[in-house]
Amino acid sequence: MTSLFAQWNYFLVIILMMLGFYAVIARGNMVKKMVGLNIFQTSVFMLYISMGKVSNGTAPILTGDSSTVYSNPLPHVLILTAIVVGVATTAVGYALIIRIQESFGTIEDDEIIELMDDADAASEGPAS
Amino acid sequence: MMQHLPILQVIVPLLAAPLIALLRGREIAWLATFIVTGVTFVISLLLYHQVSESGARLVYEIGGWAAPLGIVYVIDAASALVLPIVTGIGFVVTLAARHLVTAEIDQRDHPLFFTAWVLTIAGMLGQVTTGDAFNIFVFLEISSLSAYALVAMGAGRDRRALPAAFNYLILGTVGATFYVIGLGLLYMLTGTLNLDDLAVRLADIEQTRAAYMAMAFIALGLFLKMALFPLHFWLVPAYSYAPSAVSALMAATATKVSVYVLVRLMFGVFGIGFVGISDGLGTVLLTLGIIGAFVGTLAAIVETDLKKLFAQSSIAQLGYMAIGIGIMTPAGLAAAFIHLFNHALMKGTLFLAIGVIGAQTGRATMRSIEGAGRQIPMTMTAILFGGLALIGVPLTAGFISKLYLIRALLESDLWILAGLTFVSSALALAYVWKIVEAAWLKPRPEGAPDLHETAIMWLPAWLLVIATIGFGIFASPLINGAVQAAAIFFGGQS
Repeated sequence: MTSLFAQWNYFLVIILMMLGFYAVIARGNMVKKMVGLNIFQTSVFMLYISMGKVSNGTAPILTGDSSTVYSNPLPHVLILTAIVVGVATTAVGYALIIRIQESFGTIEDDEIIELMDDADAASEGPAS
Repeated sequence: MMQHLPILQVIVPLLAAPLIALLRGREIAWLATFIVTGVTFVISLLLYHQVSESGARLVYEIGGWAAPLGIVYVIDAASALVLPIVTGIGFVVTLAARHLVTAEIDQRDHPLFFTAWVLTIAGMLGQVTTGDAFNIFVFLEISSLSAYALVAMGAGRDRRALPAAFNYLILGTVGATFYVIGLGLLYMLTGTLNLDDLAVRLADIEQTRAAYMAMAFIALGLFLKMALFPLHFWLVPAYSYAPSAVSALMAATATKVSVYVLVRLMFGVFGIGFVGISDGLGTVLLTLGIIGAFVGTLAAIVETDLKKLFAQSSIAQLGYMAIGIGIMTPAGLAAAFIHLFNHALMKGTLFLAIGVIGAQTGRATMRSIEGAGRQIPMTMTAILFGGLALIGVPLTAGFISKLYLIRALLESDLWILAGLTFVSSALALAYVWKIVEAAWLKPRPEGAPDLHETAIMWLPAWLLVIATIGFGIFASPLINGAVQAAAIFFGGQS
């Protein structure tokens, strides 16, 4: 059992990942979908950040002392990029939600699908 | 200058994008975009020439830092084959975008529209050129984020573009995140992100469950991005409600680049010797591919909206590419590359021609093209040629695709799959005939608006028709290129 809990960070990541993924799939409200997506992405950031930790390692700043153990900075740098990408995605997503609210008057998935089906039925009527 | 071509391929559109956003005035933004796509097309042709001439792979070390510490851009036979198709389609579609975008998008939004347009092309080129696995993710998101914005621009004509773009964003991000999870596991196992270095180190370590999971996450993420059945639900609304020019650009290039990335990761990194590849991935791709081919074709047959019809047929065509990869032989992979190339030409033709109708009638439906064969003969003939190529009629590029695909299936003794592939291709005749019947055999209904066309409207689609027929008759350069591209993934070298 010790080995299981020695990797508790992975359990945390998986729980967060599934929470976020569930919200993306199960929620009809688009804002909640975006929140779920953010939690999902954040769990992956945590996966990367925790993998860079070296036990007894310190921040990767050169001290001149060759016996110092450093944590691996590379995953952290990668995740900086991924965070920027995540912020951009969130911004585009919320911008779309605002436009959807303006033109449909709702941000509920099922109501929008109904409105879209109505439009489909209308466009199959007489030729424009 | 020549040795800097690999980086110029990506950096020229990437740097041009913010400059285009600043341009004001009538058609200046389009002109700048046209020049930029033209330059990238020339660069990709030069690169193809260099690689096919010498047979070597070009490695460009960014900032002079050698791999695996630095990031390298690699042009080999496979990426040199995919680059010209992305840039070439980008160039021709930009030519058409002049009238399509003027008709469909508010003049004020043109600079921003073309900024996103150039960015999405830059992202796709980056995915193909880079030799670093995390770099692929960054470029994937650059091209996807601009693609979401481009799809949403269709809202000016049809508000349904907005939910389509939102669902595309959700699924696209989930796909990209799956890719990153897989990459994280790979990095934990090997401590590197360079594609060549990954391949070398993966061969040395034991094939553990973590390595299988890494493969599965990466494959799943890319299946979503390439819209492989049953992960294709974002594609049809996104392509059909997007502005016509965007539909043409994305249908012809976006999913193809994801197919290329899948091949690069699965064969170039894990390699054919990896147990999960030879046993697992092949079966999955063959099964999903053939189901996708039937589901897409049948859905296309009952569809009445032309854009949705051809988006559904894209699902089927991606199924054929998946089958080609799933055969797991050099011949099969070569067939997948051939079809990737040819399908880009066909779908480019079709969506550009539909754009000519859509720009005038709002949506191109079976009703709105009744009798159109006499009013806009050049446009409708382009659709006819594109459709014939989709079926795989001889003398079109589609025939070469199907010929090599079925031959590769037969070589591997997959008789039933070869038969099913033939049947599903023949079924495509049903939806092409539906269009022929509506356009030429029915009279133009009373009161229907008159359609018109000018040379500038049909010329871009016809450039691609000529290419479709050209590669159907003089297929040997393409076949050689595809065979070389497939060989690098089976030649033992990484």
